[in-house]
Amino acid sequence: MTDLDKLDHHGADAHGWYGGSGSFGGRFMPEALIAALDELEVAWQKAMLDPTFLQEFESMLQNYAGVPSMLYDAHRLSEHAGARILLKREDLNHTGAHKIRNVLGQALLTKRMGKTRVIAETGAGQHGVASATAAAYLGLDCTVYMGEVDTERQALNVARMQLLGAEVVPVKSGSRTLKDAINEALRDWVASVDHTAYLFGTAAGPHPFPSLVLSFVRGIGDEARRQCLDLTGRLPDAIAACVGGGSNAIGLFAGFLDDPDVAIYGFEAGGEGVDSGRHAATIFAGSIGVLHGARTYVLQDDDGQTVESHSISAGLDYPGVGPQHAALSASGRASYLPVTDEQAMDAMALLARTEGIIPAIESAHAVAGTLQVAKERPGETLLVNLSGRGDKDMGTALEYFGLGNAEATAEEGR
Amino acid sequence: MTTSAGVAFEKARTDGRAALVGYLPAGFPTVDGGIAALLTLVEAGCDVIEIGLPYSDPVMDGPTIQAAAQQALEAGVRTTDVLRTVEAVAATGIPTLVMTYWNPVERYGVERFAQSLADAGGAGLITPDLTPDFAPEWIAAADGRDLDKVFLVAPSSTDERIALTTAASRGFVYATAVMGVTGARESTSELGGPLVARTKRIAEQTAPGLPVGVGLGVSNGAQAAEVASYADGVIVGSAFVRALLDHPGDLDAGRRALAALTEDLAQGVRS
Repeated sequence: MTDLDKLDHHGADAHGWYGGSGSFGGRFMPEALIAALDELEVAWQKAMLDPTFLQEFESMLQNYAGVPSMLYDAHRLSEHAGARILLKREDLNHTGAHKIRNVLGQALLTKRMGKTRVIAETGAGQHGVASATAAAYLGLDCTVYMGEVDTERQALNVARMQLLGAEVVPVKSGSRTLKDAINEALRDWVASVDHTAYLFGTAAGPHPFPSLVLSFVRGIGDEARRQCLDLTGRLPDAIAACVGGGSNAIGLFAGFLDDPDVAIYGFEAGGEGVDSGRHAATIFAGSIGVLHGARTYVLQDDDGQTVESHSISAGLDYPGVGPQHAALSASGRASYLPVTDEQAMDAMALLARTEGIIPAIESAHAVAGTLQVAKERPGETLLVNLSGRGDKDMGTALEYFGLGNAEATAEEGR
Repeated sequence: MTTSAGVAFEKARTDGRAALVGYLPAGFPTVDGGIAALLTLVEAGCDVIEIGLPYSDPVMDGPTIQAAAQQALEAGVRTTDVLRTVEAVAATGIPTLVMTYWNPVERYGVERFAQSLADAGGAGLITPDLTPDFAPEWIAAADGRDLDKVFLVAPSSTDERIALTTAASRGFVYATAVMGVTGARESTSELGGPLVARTKRIAEQTAPGLPVGVGLGVSNGAQAAEVASYADGVIVGSAFVRALLDHPGDLDAGRRALAALTEDLAQGVRS
C-alpha cells in the first residue's frame, strides 16, 4: 500500500498499521496510555471533519506561521547541479522550519480537548522551539524534554524555549539524545495524562501519531504540487527530503504519492559513513523492530537493544523512523539513501554561496542527496523540501568550517 | 518444568494471604550476582519471581530500575544471560516470569523466545509495552506451551479494555496502581483498591479465578499489608533494586538488605 489517502486514518488501518496488518506502525505502548491515545484519536478525527477547526488551523498557518511557504526556482544551484532544482522554502516559516505546522495543529487540538499543558521532546531544538511558540500563542503550559548532549549542541534553542516561557528539562538517561528525550516525555505523560497532551514532534510513535502528524504537515506537499504546476506547468520528475523521524518528508511525499511518475527520495543521515557504524541511516542500514510504540526500521544490536545513532545534525540523530516511511520503502514507492556529514556540510556551504540561503544541516542532507540524483537525472526538475533554516547550526558551521576569524575567511574567499 | 504463577497465587489464597512477587533485573550487578540476589528473594519468602530483561529504552521505568538496567547493559548482559538467570531461579521450583519490553523478544524471535523460556523452566512473560490487541504472535506462542501471559491494566483502562486484558491473561493480571512509572512511593495509591475491585468484577465474566497482582510503589511491610487487604498479590521491584544500589560493590551486604526487606514484606502480605 503506497497511497496514504486510500485508507482511513490517513493511510493506516484502524489499528494504525501501514502496509497491511502486523507490518509497520501499530501501538506498542503501556496500557496506562492506551485510553489517552484512544481519546486523542477520536478528538483528532472529529476535528479533521469540523470546518471550524480546519478554518482556525488554516488561519493560524496563514496569519501567524507564514504558510504557504514559497516554491523557489534555484537558478544558480541548478546551473551547478545540471538539473532544475526547486526549493520548497519551509525555512521561511515562523520559527524557521516546517515543524510549526505540526505543533499549531496539535496545540489547537489540545485546546479543543480541554487540556492545559503540553509536553514535547526535541532533538535539534526545532520542535521544542515550535512547541514553546505554539504554547505561548495559545496560552498553554509547556515542558520540553531534551537530551543533555543536545542541550549542549543547541544552547541557543534552549534559550529560545526559555524566553518563550517553556521549561526545558535536560535528559541525563541513556544516550542523552533524542530517543531518551522521547522516553522521558512518555514517562511524564504516563503520570500527567489527565491534563497534559504530548505534542509528538515527528511522524513516528504509536498510532495515531504518525497519521495525526501527517494530517498537519501534508500541506507541504499539497502546496508544493500546486506551486510546481503553476511555476513549470508540470509535475516535478523527482522530489526529495531529509528523513530523521520523517515528518517534513512525509508531509512533502503525501502530496505526490498518487503521481506514479514522480520519483521519491528520502535522505537519511549517513554520519561518518554507513560502514563506520556511526550514522543514523535507519532504513538503509537498520532492521525491523519496535521502538517508541511502532514497528519500523530501527538501529539495534542482535539482542534488540537500540544502538546509538550519530549525525552532525541533531534533528536527524534518531535510531528509528516513522512507520509510513518504512512502508513506503518496503513497497518500493520511495527510495531512502544515506548522505554523510561531509556531503551535507558541503551542500550547506554550496547553497549559501550559490543562492544566499543558509539551510539547516538537516535540510542540507536533502540538498546533498539531490545533487547526487541530478547526476542520474540531468536536465530534469527536482523538487526539494528545504525544511529548516541554518541559524541554529551556526555554532556547528563555525567549528566545522573554521569560521569566525574575519581575516581567515577573507583569505579563503579569494 | 514450568510452574505457572497461578499455582503460587492459589497456594497463597489457600493460606488466606496475598502472594509476594519480587522483581530484580537480570545481570545486576553481574549475571552471577543477579542470580545470587534473586535466590535470596526466593529463600527469604517471595512466592513468585519476576526477572527483568534490561532494555535500552525502558519507558515505564523510573530512575531506580533504569539505573540498574543501564548498569547491567553496560556490563554487557545479553538475552541469553537472562535465560540462564531464569534457569537458575526456576530450578528452585518457584514460578519465574520474565518482565520484558517487547523489542528484545521480537528480535530474538517470538516462537524461539517462547521455546527458550519454556526450556529454561520459565513460567511466562510480563509485557509492559505489549497489550493483547497487539500480541497475537505472543499469545499463540505462549498458549502452545502453557506459558503465563501477564498483561497490565491501569486506572485509566476502560471496562472494555479490562475485559480484553483479563480474558487474554494467564497466571495473573498485573494492576498498575498508580498513573506513573515504577518507583517506591511514600504512600500507596488510592487508585489501587478501586482498580482491583473493578478488575475482579469484570474478570468474573472474562477469566474466572484470575488473580490480580498490584504493582508500582510498594516498598515496606506496612504498604504490602495495605495492598494485600484488597489484592491477590503484592509486586515489589524498585525497593529491591534500591537495596542493592545502596550497597555498591558489596553483594553480601546487598543480599542481607534484600533478605531483611523480603521478610518485612512477607510479614506484610500475611497480616
